[in-house]
Amino acid sequence: MTENSFDLIILGGGPGGYVAAIRAAQLGMKTALVERDQLGGICLNWGCIPTKALLRSSEIYRLLHRLDEFGFSAKDIRFDAGKVVARSRAVAKQLSNGVGYLLRKNKVTVTHGHGRLAGKGRLAIERDGKAVSELTAEHIVLATGARARSLPGLEPDGERVWTYKEMVPVAIPKSLLVVGSGAIGIEFASFYHDMGVEVTVVEMLDRVLPVEDEEISAFARKAFEKQGIKIHTGATVAALERNGANLTARIEGAGQGGEVEVERVILAVGIVGNVEDIGLENTAVKVEKMHVVVDEWLRTGEPGIYAVGDLVGPPWLAHKASHEGVICVEHIAGVNDVHPLDLHNIPACTYCRPQIASVGLTERSAREVGREVKTGHFPFIGNGKAIALGEPEGMVKTVFEGKTGELLGAHMIGAEVTELIQGYTIAKTLETTESELIRAIFPHPTLSETMHEAVLDAYGRAIHF
Amino acid sequence: MPIEILMPALSPTMTEGNLARWLKKEGDEVHSGDVLAEIETDKATMEVEAIDDGKIGKILVPEGAQGIKVNAPIALLLGEDEDASALEKFAAPVAQPAPTAPPPSAENVKPPAAVAPSVKERGNGDGRIFASPLARRMAQQAGLDLAAIQGSGPQGRIVKSDIEAALSPGRAAPARAPARAPVAPQPVPAAPVLSKERVAALAGNPPYTERPLNAMRRVIARRLTESKQTVPHFYLTVDCEIDALLKIRGELNAKIAAAGIGPRPLPNTLSQAGEGRVGASGSEKGWGISVNDFVIRAAALALRQVPAANASWSDEAILLWDSVDIAVAVALDDGLITPIVKAADRKGLAAIASETKDLVTRARAGKLKLEEFQGGTFSVSNLGMYGVREFAAVINPPHGGILAVGAGEQRPVVKNGALTLATVMSCTLSCDHRAVDGAVGAQFLAAFKRLVEDPLTMLL
Repeated sequence: MTENSFDLIILGGGPGGYVAAIRAAQLGMKTALVERDQLGGICLNWGCIPTKALLRSSEIYRLLHRLDEFGFSAKDIRFDAGKVVARSRAVAKQLSNGVGYLLRKNKVTVTHGHGRLAGKGRLAIERDGKAVSELTAEHIVLATGARARSLPGLEPDGERVWTYKEMVPVAIPKSLLVVGSGAIGIEFASFYHDMGVEVTVVEMLDRVLPVEDEEISAFARKAFEKQGIKIHTGATVAALERNGANLTARIEGAGQGGEVEVERVILAVGIVGNVEDIGLENTAVKVEKMHVVVDEWLRTGEPGIYAVGDLVGPPWLAHKASHEGVICVEHIAGVNDVHPLDLHNIPACTYCRPQIASVGLTERSAREVGREVKTGHFPFIGNGKAIALGEPEGMVKTVFEGKTGELLGAHMIGAEVTELIQGYTIAKTLETTESELIRAIFPHPTLSETMHEAVLDAYGRAIHF
Repeated sequence: MPIEILMPALSPTMTEGNLARWLKKEGDEVHSGDVLAEIETDKATMEVEAIDDGKIGKILVPEGAQGIKVNAPIALLLGEDEDASALEKFAAPVAQPAPTAPPPSAENVKPPAAVAPSVKERGNGDGRIFASPLARRMAQQAGLDLAAIQGSGPQGRIVKSDIEAALSPGRAAPARAPARAPVAPQPVPAAPVLSKERVAALAGNPPYTERPLNAMRRVIARRLTESKQTVPHFYLTVDCEIDALLKIRGELNAKIAAAGIGPRPLPNTLSQAGEGRVGASGSEKGWGISVNDFVIRAAALALRQVPAANASWSDEAILLWDSVDIAVAVALDDGLITPIVKAADRKGLAAIASETKDLVTRARAGKLKLEEFQGGTFSVSNLGMYGVREFAAVINPPHGGILAVGAGEQRPVVKNGALTLATVMSCTLSCDHRAVDGAVGAQFLAAFKRLVEDPLTMLL
């Protein structure tokens, strides 16, 4: 093997790519990773991690406004947006360095540059517009990720119309219009609202967080509106006019049209795969709706070419990408006991206030696929820990298959539910029934007791409500 | 304090067993080493010995109880200075009905049939069946036997999709990952739901007597079904003339008798009467070398000469076995078992004969140890004693082949253009084509035939 020949090359250093690289190295493959920007990808540098750092700041800010309730007093509570952002950048930087360290530790060769497929088993690398090298390997995994989708008339300009990428080095505007109420849109709506910004959300579908269970969605909307976020569902932004320092958005929709004047607009209407300019043209790799088509082992139509993560489609989640990376690499290595990803067992978290987390089927989707369904509910107001924390707003909903007791889905809204959902995810992955969940002991006093109660409730046995 | 006598683990993987028989009753004095009871697992019956001296105070698990967990107390032993009063405060908490009855609870007021009978989940000599809680419940609701289902989950665990596949015979296993592009259908052997009612209905509901399935019958059904469904069998038959073999056998057995090694030689029924009976080990009391002992030795030597036939398939590699361990099929009243003659290629005829006889005797008494009938690299099945001319046997996985031996019988043969008589024994080799190709099988059979027809070479 020459210096530039590898067992496996991975294009893209996000959570799909770098995890796949480390796993491949663990399995004894000589592995190269090519990244054009920063290790850790969008997740680590612009998405999940820096936004969590921002949300921590907004959470503290919000709590500071409740000091009296907890027996404190303070005057002159203010924030320094520059410091809030600096902290977020420092967190991202620390983790990105950490990924670099992990790759070195595992002896993965990291090449900076733009990679393009260049014939069978070959990847050409270009840096600053110049061809710098060519790597070869029997297997090439594409993990180039995705970017924000733009809408005609609402093209992001990086100044006043943002996507997640521009809004991280935040300026705090007075007012903000969020277009799209999926996880990304709602997180930003919640963050900016908590930082004191006047926020309006426009959603094309008839409810916010449209992939979540309808009851959770309705609960969330009520909570957001109570906080003061304005929400328009079944509505679109028909026109956006620049109006001096401001933007005027004309909102059209079922009986709730009107004009909104805002300083900034955030576009969060989904993402599309980075399928361009990576050399797919002369291959049998199939692209549909801006995503690469793969089979259960993440193989594309071209032998030796694989794709993982956001590039291959929803759910667009870092943990799904990492998991696909591992499955793909283990399958290439011929590891025993590799199993395809089960899309029903992927948890999803939205870090708004109150937090939202879910796994599996919603009640409606379970009914739509013809399952006989049993549901259970439990409100946070019935939970001692939630009241002690001063976070009594929330609920847990379970969806069971009536006949077999299979846990089909779980849906949560409330404080820290993003940390709790993995309990249901493990249960689902192990294919437990209500019987094991009922027998499992949940510690008191914790928020997790709501999870137990929501299972009990599905069988008419809830104790504390 | 009375001493608890616990359900023993007869193998590292055993999780439960049946209490076949008590040899002591309450009040009996026992001494360390006395046999207290017989425990039955799938294939073997084993004895439980007393470790301490004392008196049987109380029997907690009745004879015939099934599915008793390893380490569950089965009886209480009273020490020398203890009397029955010691039991009262002790027995109550531990004397729970060991078998399947669930503890009564307010929720659990289902009819007993709704509780999975433990025998359904028992398995196989390999021990516990791993299945997800959901898979267990679905199997129970559908009346499926988990032992008959191949698991596709982590570490071969039976998961929901396996049950779904089993419930839809003829349909490929549903893809476990929804909403994905092309998914290669995985062949998961379907376990049809063959309820008594359904089978009776298919037969037109004639009257019948029911014979309950024991663990061994379930294992036979599961393993052989699995073999026929997953192992691509092919068959090769060869005719062996055994007149020379019978002659040498007669001489050897006469010498054994004359030397007084055994009580008496076996009657050499075959060559003299020509009735085509080859006993697996001959008469019960007799000591001699049977035709089957020659077959075992010849098969072992032929496998040594053609090592590619002493092979097993795995998904990662073909395993060529270093040793030649021959499993010998032995019919029992209610099933069959395959004790193993280990390193058969390195054992002489006398050693094979005495070992086979011992194994067969103990197999029929249900006294084999697990390691004596689990494993092996190749099998021999002989139905010659029933006058069967030839047959094809089902491979016993993971073996790469099984040799089916027919009766030695006088048949007309043509030699040098003239019709003459010879004692001919037809042998059919079933091969796992994944591991053993036709040419390799044929080479093995040719080597086997050479050895059988020129038995002196077998004595080398």
